Amino acid sequence: MSTVLILADFASEKATKATVEIATAGAVIGEVTALVLAPVGKGAAYAATINQGPVTKVLVIESDDFTKHGVAAYADALAHVIRQTTPSAVLVVSNAFGKEVAGRVAMKLKIGIITDAVDIAPDCTATQLVFGGSTTVHSKVAEGTGIITMRPNTIAANFAVATPLIENTTAPISDSSKKATITSSQPPIKGGRPELTEANIVVSGGRGTNGDFATVEAFADSLGAAVGASRAATDAGWYPHSHQVGQTGKTVSPQLYVACGISGAIQHRAGMQTSKNIVVVNKDPEAPLFELADFGVVGDLFAVLPPATEGVKARKA
Amino acid sequence: MKIAVCIKQVPDSWAEKKMIGGLLDRANVDAVLNDLDEYAVEEALRIAEAHGGNEEGGANTVTVISMGPERATEAVRKALSMGANDAILISDAALVGADAVVTAEVLANVISQGGYDLVICGTESTDARMSVVPAMMSEKLGCAQLTFASKVTVDPAAKKVSITRVTEAGVDEVHGEYPCVISVVEKINEPRYPSFKGIMAAKKKTIDIRNFASTGAQFTKSWSAVIDAAPRPPRATGVVITDDGSAGQKLVDFLSEKKLI
Repeated sequence: MSTVLILADFASEKATKATVEIATAGAVIGEVTALVLAPVGKGAAYAATINQGPVTKVLVIESDDFTKHGVAAYADALAHVIRQTTPSAVLVVSNAFGKEVAGRVAMKLKIGIITDAVDIAPDCTATQLVFGGSTTVHSKVAEGTGIITMRPNTIAANFAVATPLIENTTAPISDSSKKATITSSQPPIKGGRPELTEANIVVSGGRGTNGDFATVEAFADSLGAAVGASRAATDAGWYPHSHQVGQTGKTVSPQLYVACGISGAIQHRAGMQTSKNIVVVNKDPEAPLFELADFGVVGDLFAVLPPATEGVKARKA
Repeated sequence: MKIAVCIKQVPDSWAEKKMIGGLLDRANVDAVLNDLDEYAVEEALRIAEAHGGNEEGGANTVTVISMGPERATEAVRKALSMGANDAILISDAALVGADAVVTAEVLANVISQGGYDLVICGTESTDARMSVVPAMMSEKLGCAQLTFASKVTVDPAAKKVSITRVTEAGVDEVHGEYPCVISVVEKINEPRYPSFKGIMAAKKKTIDIRNFASTGAQFTKSWSAVIDAAPRPPRATGVVITDDGSAGQKLVDFLSEKKLI
């Protein structure tokens, strides 16, 4: 039977939901082995958090080089395991870190790389939504093992309890992979809101907010949503750049996207048009984003959102 | 110091993009210097200016390196008009449809031939959006990877570079020595507009157009390929209402009906 290697993704020393998602995706191809790269002394604890999803085996490598040298050290270890086990495919979570690790591995082993897949078939064909979700593409690596990064939040994860076999191993880290040194790391500052790319609901504000995001935030909070912003709003300095949704910002694909006071230039649509449900609130009936709306309101967001916020709270109470 | 800036010409990010035969249609769309590479050009110029300048007789040079069709000279020219000294464009029919592995291999070879101290890139191109080429070049060059930088500090005397790396995973302080590959995030700086003087000067600057063979890369085979591509079907038409005072409640009803609350 063919095997699939996944690089387990961790946050706060726990396997993330995205790890369960790539395990679920990998199980379509073959038996899933999860690679756990952990600091010395933490391997068993990290491995113990791989307790959900179709994972049959966990390989653990401990090294302090991972924390100290980052991406390059992880890539060395992953490449070593690929050489040893020749899996049919390697799946990695599509975040900045995962994509860079995958890139280095592809370069090192001269294997094909496909990024931001949203689905994968038993023959390893990957589905990607490119150009801001306007085009569906099927891609495949030319031959042999391919490395595929999978966009979080697009696959329905199989959360079945996993009791994988745990095995420890080692991997050499080359000197050239120790040339960058990390001296301090801080986790992302968590507000009370979910992370933009992982959120089930995103409420975004644009030019129509006139710089006042309080109403948009209040509606987002009633829904337990992340807050996004258009490039016009971040360029104006109204909202942090890290919240920009669009061609040059984040790509989101939540169950519900609510665009408030955003006209919908391609720049913005490219970051949100694959959302499952789209709600648009805009004073301008000609706003192009209404073309994508499942539900649109021609009206002032400052008049529409407050009663909606109260309505949602009442519904949830 | 010798600084290289890697840039890409891409379809205008405000334009619709289409595929023809498994490749992005680059011919029938306005082409521009990748938005995110403007930050790399600006950062290179600022680093040069902070440490002895890159004017004639200055301590530094900033070389623009790109791979693409000959038309990419337009984007290269823009980077030159911002203030870069000269440019290398690798342009060859053999490289049409090159994937990320081939691109990184070719660029890394050219960088290796030129012996640069710093290589500065944007984090991604707005067309392919893979975000992997800087890491891949660092792998190939066997040098420090200092990517996703929101701040870059260079110490030419010690040949050391420190960056603040910002990703979804948090904020890291990362250090390395020359040579290294740096990628800079959007908004690290405010890219300058080319001045009239800069635009005129750029016309006289050299763009060294090279073919694939000159790079010494040993292959042209791409390791990944598109099987098929199709525009996604348009979304079903939704309901648009005009607010008469009850739209807020109707919005809640819609969310409830869709089981979103």
